[in-house]
Amino acid sequence: MSATPATWLLVALGTGLGATLRFTLAHTLDARWPTGTMAVNVVGSFLLGVLSALALSASLLALLGTGFCGGLTTFSALMVQSADRGRRVGTAYIASSVAFSLAACWLGFVLAS
Amino acid sequence: MTRRALAATIPVVLLGGALGGMARYAVDVLGPHQLFPWGTLAINLVGAMLLALLPAFRFVHRHHTIPSFLGTGVLGGFTTLSAFSEETRSLVHGGHSDLAAVYVVGSLGAGLAGVLAVRHLTTPAERAEFHDDEGDE
Repeated sequence: MSATPATWLLVALGTGLGATLRFTLAHTLDARWPTGTMAVNVVGSFLLGVLSALALSASLLALLGTGFCGGLTTFSALMVQSADRGRRVGTAYIASSVAFSLAACWLGFVLAS
Repeated sequence: MTRRALAATIPVVLLGGALGGMARYAVDVLGPHQLFPWGTLAINLVGAMLLALLPAFRFVHRHHTIPSFLGTGVLGGFTTLSAFSEETRSLVHGGHSDLAAVYVVGSLGAGLAGVLAVRHLTTPAERAEFHDDEGDE
């Protein structure tokens, strides 16, 4: 991976936009069950699966993959939201988020291959 | 959160996310390049524990945009579930299902254990305020 000043800027831009979309959806949809955060994690994993199957330039991968998908999805909020929701809901939330994210990533990769 | 507070929070999350993403990229570039995704594992564990710890700091409660800047923005942009998913898929695809299983179980087990341990350093009131300021999205 060659890190030029341009790729740093593309990562920053992509992550900033992805994080903004994540915040907007979580703000709108998260409740007792964090539907918004779960949706961005699954969609972001699907998208990165698609991108990984395509022969993209380093710049596009920095903007869309490392940047946008990385900013759209979150591991830290998944863990903390789960801890906040108690053992039963928290376990179901983590298990379903990860299962759907892994399946979506695999599906995206297969569809784009 | 009021409409006006929401409008003020969006640029804060955008900036925080950009900084967190660059920190993650720095680990990608400078970190170890091995088959097992040590870099993402470290990022996700450190990021999750820091997010659980943030409500304990007094300065975080000084202004309602600080939780969304540091939590939802910086740490949300720093940690990633998409790279975790793609790295797992890639390990399975390459015939390393055993490593993929260790990666998934290790990330989730250590992440949750770390968050639950760190949580004891915060009070329910601190966590509730942090949540109301949308620091954990």
